[in-house]
Amino acid sequence: MNPDSQQPPVNRRSFLGAAARVAAMTGVGALLGKLAGATAAKGTVWQIDPSKCTRCGNCATACVLEQSAVKCVHAYAICGYCELCTGYFGPEPNELTTAAENQHCPTAAIQRTFVEDPYYQYRIDEKLCIGCAKCVDGCNRYGNGSLFLQVRHDRCVNCNECAIARVCPGHAFVRVPVDQPYLLKTTPTTS
Amino acid sequence: MLFLSHAKTQRREGVFPFFASLRLCVSILLASLLLSATALAESRFPPPDFESGYQLPSAATPPPRAALLQYLDVAVLIAALGVALWLVYRSRSRRGIAALSLFSLAYFGFYRKGCVCAIGSVQNVALALFDPHYALPLTVLVFFLAPLIVALFAGRAFCAAVCPQGAIQDLVLIRPVKVPSWLEAALGLIPYLFLGAGVIFAATGSGFMICRFDPLVPFFRFSGSAFMLTLGAAFLLVGLFVGRPYCRFMCPYGALLRLATAAAKWRVRVTPDTCTQCALCQHSCPFGAMREPTGGAQKQEPLRIARRRLAGLLLLLPVLVGLGAWGGSKLAIAGGYAELGGWLFGGWTGLVIGGKWIALSVRRNRTDFEPDSGACFACARCFEYCPSERMRRGLIPLEPANKE
Repeated sequence: MNPDSQQPPVNRRSFLGAAARVAAMTGVGALLGKLAGATAAKGTVWQIDPSKCTRCGNCATACVLEQSAVKCVHAYAICGYCELCTGYFGPEPNELTTAAENQHCPTAAIQRTFVEDPYYQYRIDEKLCIGCAKCVDGCNRYGNGSLFLQVRHDRCVNCNECAIARVCPGHAFVRVPVDQPYLLKTTPTTS
Repeated sequence: MLFLSHAKTQRREGVFPFFASLRLCVSILLASLLLSATALAESRFPPPDFESGYQLPSAATPPPRAALLQYLDVAVLIAALGVALWLVYRSRSRRGIAALSLFSLAYFGFYRKGCVCAIGSVQNVALALFDPHYALPLTVLVFFLAPLIVALFAGRAFCAAVCPQGAIQDLVLIRPVKVPSWLEAALGLIPYLFLGAGVIFAATGSGFMICRFDPLVPFFRFSGSAFMLTLGAAFLLVGLFVGRPYCRFMCPYGALLRLATAAAKWRVRVTPDTCTQCALCQHSCPFGAMREPTGGAQKQEPLRIARRRLAGLLLLLPVLVGLGAWGGSKLAIAGGYAELGGWLFGGWTGLVIGGKWIALSVRRNRTDFEPDSGACFACARCFEYCPSERMRRGLIPLEPANKE
């Protein structure tokens, strides 16, 4: 330090500040080095493993969204196209018609259309589906299990900690790679 | 259940199709139940061979948000940080900061629904450090690092106008009241404790506390649990009178930025010119971030006493950490992570209290009014109140106007 000058070029405060900054940047660098291997350009998203799903109904209520991001999906290739669909009709239907009192679905989100005798097609209207799993339960108990729940990625906000996963009794929520975001059913299950 | 309905429908008229199909279904069901032990993957009702040329529809699979849009988020973040820095240091415009706040609220808040956010990214980074199986998304890493590096050089420009949580609180602030300094100091400990708890919960893989108890995100999503919506409403109601209550008394990322600003190279200055010590800036600050001049050596206590107290507190710090760790381990539920977590959190609590104590009792030398870099959100309100700054900008004449 030059003894003649009034203002020293470096005072204690600025030196400490610079030292702290260098230390902090070193820390950030060390963090980056540690995380370099753990970083992925492609993330993961939540999905339901249909083989673990217990159809408990939590998906309809536990999601942070007002209307759950979980919806019912239909694997048409497995479907038996039954006239008496136990996913579509409630336990004791008065008639096999589309009247509301006969239906399992509380929001009438399953559309039943005649294909050819004696087969009927069942299609999920996603706008109406609330992910309550009532039809999934009916289909898996008595049918082929072609109805199952999936996280719909046009709705899911991909929370760090999925609120449904936290209460899922079957631990069916898993993180899957973003380029394979669905776990679709391809084989029938009987349970 | 099906058998019950079977018996019941037999007595009825006019439900023959139902009865017939039911009998068919039940018989197939019984057969499949008998077969199920041998062939698990067989269908109970084999998919039909359609004769009418019916085509099987395929299930729609809407894709997740495209990776390109995630890089757009990063680009918007970095651009917004740059604009915020320019507004605070060059243009010195409160109006500009407010406009950028509105944009950030619209983009990161209502469009991105509060996700991805820098506040929550702390947990992802903590989890990535301790869980080798967790892959940290690149965007989250940038959201964690960019505001932190900016704070290391130029203060909390992120809080000023980029963070949507800060923006919504800044915009609802209509009648700020001053929080007593003792209360401010006491409540100011919560963010550090929340940060410690959030990091411990994330690092041990127990959960994402910071995301779960973010009271403002339910507003961005227009949905949430009743508890979180009530908490969010409470924060916004208090925020009408107390400036940015979440940022000051809860935000864990704010605590991290506050620590980073201790080393900041450039600090927000109310006026680049001389301070007339009018205290207008202090009155204009809704966040209690302005510090008044210490008033020379004669007004302060002797250096000897200050040094002795600092030495005592520095010696007390490890004792506090040890006490906290011991108390935390006693309080925690015995066994596994909970014990380790309690031990760590207790020690962290001791460190935070000791550190705050030292920070409060260190002797400062201020000749002018200046913002505390840690507490200053760089909102630029005080610039408009400073008479020197108004003169510099030509809003009031340099010489008193002579009308005669």
